[in-house]
Amino acid sequence: MNRNDTRIHRIAGRGITIRGDDIDTDQILPARYLTAITFAGMEAHAFNDARAAAKAQGETHPLDQPRFTGGSLLFVNRNFGCGSSREHAPQSLHRRGIAAVIGESFGEIFAGNCVSIGMPCVQADAETIAALQRINETAPQTQFVLDLAGQTISAGGSVFPIMLMEGRRRQFLEGTWDPTAVLLAAGPLIEQTLAEAVHQG
Amino acid sequence: MGQTLYEKVFDRHVVREITPGQYQLLASLHLLNEVSSPQAFEALRERGLKVRHPGLTFGSSDHSISTGGRHDDFADAMAEVQVQAMGRNMAEFGATYFDPDRGEHGIIHVVAPERGLTQPGAVIVCGDSHTSTHGAFGAIAFGIGTSQVRDVLASQTLLMEKLKVRRIDITGRLAPGVYAKDVALHVIHMLGAKGGIGFAYEFGGDVVDGFSMEERMTLCNLAIEAGARCGYVNPDQTTYDYLRDRDHAPRGSRWDRAVAEWQRVRSDDDAVYDDRVVLEGEAIEPMVTWGVSPDQSVPVGGAVPEQDNAWTAEVRDFMGFAPGQPIIGTQIDVAFFGSCTNGRLSDFEAVAAKLRDRGLRVASHVRALVVPGSQRVRDALVERGLDRVFIDAGFQFRDAGCSLCCGMNADRLRGREVCASSSNRNFRGRQGSPNGRTLLMSPVMVAAAAIAGEVTDARTFFGAVL
Repeated sequence: MNRNDTRIHRIAGRGITIRGDDIDTDQILPARYLTAITFAGMEAHAFNDARAAAKAQGETHPLDQPRFTGGSLLFVNRNFGCGSSREHAPQSLHRRGIAAVIGESFGEIFAGNCVSIGMPCVQADAETIAALQRINETAPQTQFVLDLAGQTISAGGSVFPIMLMEGRRRQFLEGTWDPTAVLLAAGPLIEQTLAEAVHQG
Repeated sequence: MGQTLYEKVFDRHVVREITPGQYQLLASLHLLNEVSSPQAFEALRERGLKVRHPGLTFGSSDHSISTGGRHDDFADAMAEVQVQAMGRNMAEFGATYFDPDRGEHGIIHVVAPERGLTQPGAVIVCGDSHTSTHGAFGAIAFGIGTSQVRDVLASQTLLMEKLKVRRIDITGRLAPGVYAKDVALHVIHMLGAKGGIGFAYEFGGDVVDGFSMEERMTLCNLAIEAGARCGYVNPDQTTYDYLRDRDHAPRGSRWDRAVAEWQRVRSDDDAVYDDRVVLEGEAIEPMVTWGVSPDQSVPVGGAVPEQDNAWTAEVRDFMGFAPGQPIIGTQIDVAFFGSCTNGRLSDFEAVAAKLRDRGLRVASHVRALVVPGSQRVRDALVERGLDRVFIDAGFQFRDAGCSLCCGMNADRLRGREVCASSSNRNFRGRQGSPNGRTLLMSPVMVAAAAIAGEVTDARTFFGAVL
């Protein structure tokens, strides 16, 4: 595959399930790691405190469970990624090998950040998420196929519908999820809009 | 058919529609902080790009900066590197920096309004979720991530979908001892922390109309905690009176033209909303959160819920509450008074008025921090002698910054400490200790808790200690 080909049509892989509503970006990436001026190495800190807390209670956080090792599709519940706008949070997941997040709903800034780094956040209804999490937890070797073109996710013989805003879906399909070049192509139209929008100057 | 302010301002800032429903949107003001910008500047360097409109780009260091008397006395080397990188990046790319070496710094959501940068009808973006604060002026203001910061630096634009608009009226009037913070926590409690997903919140009604600009900022600041990416209040005489003569406000004949323009961006009387909610101002009481999401709150006279499904039991275990336990009487270890939610002059004046000349002292087991939202706020407090009021009562009177709201500098909770906090988030680990616990409340309630050593009803407490 061409290294410069940024199009994302389908993502196949095993899953990781992290259950719970309102998992905020402070939990995903605690603030004390935000003083770094690069994203390099951020993957080591993903869910740092939740993982430590699980360990202290003699449990293992999903990110540390051997059955989920190598999973690239993350299954979550409602309002995942709410709170702070820190892109460090999705960066930490992406750099751990997460290629897509599938959940009932997402914090909006988080979902937007995920587009910008080429990691789709797709929505599915509560029953679908429950089914996907069940499959993933009971049979962690299961391969899932997220098909952005067909707007489905499949596992074994089952196929489930997914939702993704059309504009964002096209960005992935067309490989323009990093939009800087598209934005700059507007050229002088930007300054025209600026002159019209800001009269007071 | 009438339009909302959101639609008018959004439409005016659309450069073009990229795909159906997805727009290239112009930002008329770009605010930066030291946390979310360094990777964006680095991307510009890698791609050989410049900042397209440095004149619309302003920044401050707020998250990592020390508040302990010397701004350059950093907790760790990484924070120091980050703040130094901020200064270098701003200089290299020609943007305006509120330089801590000149004492100009503060939380960007406090600094931009006080300098008149935040104006009605603008689209304001910043790599920080509490950018919603600026909606108080009738602007569309929302938080973005670092990749979008890069895009706005390079093109002054970003990709955006249009939000729906929910109109929220707060009717009637507030009872004495109930503040804008309580209104916001009440809204979040009633509509939920996820309730605003997909919406911009337009706040109005008699209570909001009667609010000062600083109260409106508190309310809009917390829109993001309701799940709404932005919240706003239509601009009015209160807005214009606040803005007049500030550093970046229009002057002379340009002022009158600007006001006429601002008046036109107000939502029309016959504007159509996607949803409407009406909440009674009289019904709102001082609020306190008991959990780890800002919608988990009760009026100060209330109790932690009884119901016992697994999820809330886990939260209660973390917080250490028993089912049905009254929130009053909860012992605190730390009191934090500051942040982009409640770190403005009127917040401190309201508390100082309760403390002054009463010989009140912070409880001996409580560590109490007063952290002004900006150095200008700090200077104004010193000028009025209010620093002495806080210091005499046993509060630490510190320099400006985000401080204990986000635990990125040395100001952090330790272990399982409980903090009565005027900030915006009670998330697990938010205040710098993975096990630290946060109770959100108004500044006056924080002060009462600091002195009593436990959560108390500030209305009776400050009445009773006379």
